Amino acid sequence: MEWLTEFPELGRSDLRDLRKGIDQGFKEFTRAYGENIESFFEPLLHFLIWLEKLLLATPWPILIAAVCLIAWIASRSIKIVIGSAISLFMIGFLGMWEDTMSTVSIIIVCTLLCIGLGLPIGILMSRSDRAQGIVTPILDVMQTIPSFVYLIPVVMLLGIGKVPGLISVIIYAIPPMIRLTNLGIRLVDKEVLEAADAFGASPWQKLTQVQIPLALPNIFAGVNQTIMMSLAMVVIASMIGVTGLGQPVLKAISNQYLAMGLFNGLAIVALAIIFDRISQSYGKRLQSYRGGLGE
Amino acid sequence: METKIEIKHLYKIFGDDPQAMLQKIRDGVTKDELNDQYNHVLGLSDINLKMPAKGIQVVMGLSGSGKSTLIRHINRLIEPTAGEVWIDGENVLSMDEKTLREFRRNRASMVFQKFALLPHRTVMENTIYGLAIQGMAEKQAAKHASHWIERVGLAGYEDNYPGQLSGGMQQRVGLARALATDADILLMDEAFSALDPLIRTDMQNILLDLQQELHKTIVFITHDLEEALRIGDQIAILRDGEVIQQGTPQQIVLKPKDDYIADFTKDINRGRVIQLKTIMKAPNDKTGPELSGEMLVEDAAQLVTESPSSQARVTDDHGNVIGVVGINDLIRAMARPDIESRLEEL
Repeated sequence: MEWLTEFPELGRSDLRDLRKGIDQGFKEFTRAYGENIESFFEPLLHFLIWLEKLLLATPWPILIAAVCLIAWIASRSIKIVIGSAISLFMIGFLGMWEDTMSTVSIIIVCTLLCIGLGLPIGILMSRSDRAQGIVTPILDVMQTIPSFVYLIPVVMLLGIGKVPGLISVIIYAIPPMIRLTNLGIRLVDKEVLEAADAFGASPWQKLTQVQIPLALPNIFAGVNQTIMMSLAMVVIASMIGVTGLGQPVLKAISNQYLAMGLFNGLAIVALAIIFDRISQSYGKRLQSYRGGLGE
Repeated sequence: METKIEIKHLYKIFGDDPQAMLQKIRDGVTKDELNDQYNHVLGLSDINLKMPAKGIQVVMGLSGSGKSTLIRHINRLIEPTAGEVWIDGENVLSMDEKTLREFRRNRASMVFQKFALLPHRTVMENTIYGLAIQGMAEKQAAKHASHWIERVGLAGYEDNYPGQLSGGMQQRVGLARALATDADILLMDEAFSALDPLIRTDMQNILLDLQQELHKTIVFITHDLEEALRIGDQIAILRDGEVIQQGTPQQIVLKPKDDYIADFTKDINRGRVIQLKTIMKAPNDKTGPELSGEMLVEDAAQLVTESPSSQARVTDDHGNVIGVVGINDLIRAMARPDIESRLEEL
């Protein structure tokens, strides 16, 4: 009856060989393609660095004014504008301006990439149940696997630096974008789609004039989630060399600097709230027609 | 009368294997058997209809009769199991994708029961929707659309969103959108059913007014016999996916084909359907107002009552007297058909 109490596990040496095989295989893959992949991401790195430099080179009053302007255009709420200005000012006042700018630059790049990749994938999923069947479990894995686990292959492949950090942030942050795009398009009123068909709309016309506009509130919720999640991932990504607010937090953890951790942590929270309020109120304004109130 | 749309042997079976079921239906399996034993639903069964050009063809039936399925075959929003739909010498059901799209863009437009407007677009933007799909330049489309917005009585509401309008107004947008494409076929799927009775009558009037000058071929689906009789030039009555009677409103009311239809028609106000020429008698010497043969009994009643001779002379299109109707004839025409048998029972 030994087989009942003892789990039929792989022999110790077999297990070691299996792990070794996988590690070896991946190492070889890295050796063979690592450089190509790295050069593939080169433009991304340049863009990221350029954006960071731009943000840092911009005089701080202009930058705060620009954020306020964006907040006003998106939300038309004076409260949000003032809140954004005060939080940004406090961040700078407490000496975290440079780290914040580099976090903002990585969040912007990450969000743009998530939209650029997530939107088409979400659209594809909404158009084919088969694609949905394939992509959904992948998204499940991306959302539940501990982020440290995929840091390993990313670092092996690309080393430590901004680009591998960016990739891991994207892996973490893109699922809601894809899911909500898919959901939003699938929720579009069947009768409106039928009307589009009845007037002879081509699939492209239907997508761009009916499906995406009507899915926009959901898509926007996806963008909002993506921003929030990438901000949350910034600290973990700093372990593999992403500069920004994450690094002082990491330093604070290892050295038990309470105030340093608190300040930088709160700066991330402040950024999150600014991004969230702006994008959410913009999303709400997008569907003002639903409430029967015109612009 | 010239035929614009001809439907031939049209079948629609819903289920996993409609083709196999089609053979069973042709072999005499009934709708209920198909449902119980084979788990397929017979939507339409051997529909043959000729719809008049420049006329209003009403398809009437209760829910589940297949009327909405039928109208969706005309512009092929639903693929048939078998059959043909001929329009201007072309079989819609054999068009390829591109031809079908062109057909929908230019030759047949549609009005929906629940309006199906684009909620994120204004009245103007909704009205130009069909034109934009046709590829018309925006300025020209807007000019064209303004005309139709005005015709349906929505001038001044161009910049409102559908959510800001009442149901009746939304359906006016739906109508303007459909008319704007200048298609000569207008498909109306229970277009007025979701509206309040008063507004419904309003919309019927708008449609009839527009039809007076537009002369489109209109296919109008409804579950309301009153509405069918009021606006239809031709009526087809559908039950369980089959056409059980077709004819003019008068034919339906005066000669119901079976008890099912007779049951429907007995509560109808006959005075609003029957025309004088249908009930007139041979001319006599007495005088009276001269009324058109196409005048409805209800409209004539008042005039005849006021006439000293209690009768009216009926004229044809050229004004020649072709018969007379007395007040008794009018009353008889308006009376419920089963009154006589009830009196006998007493």
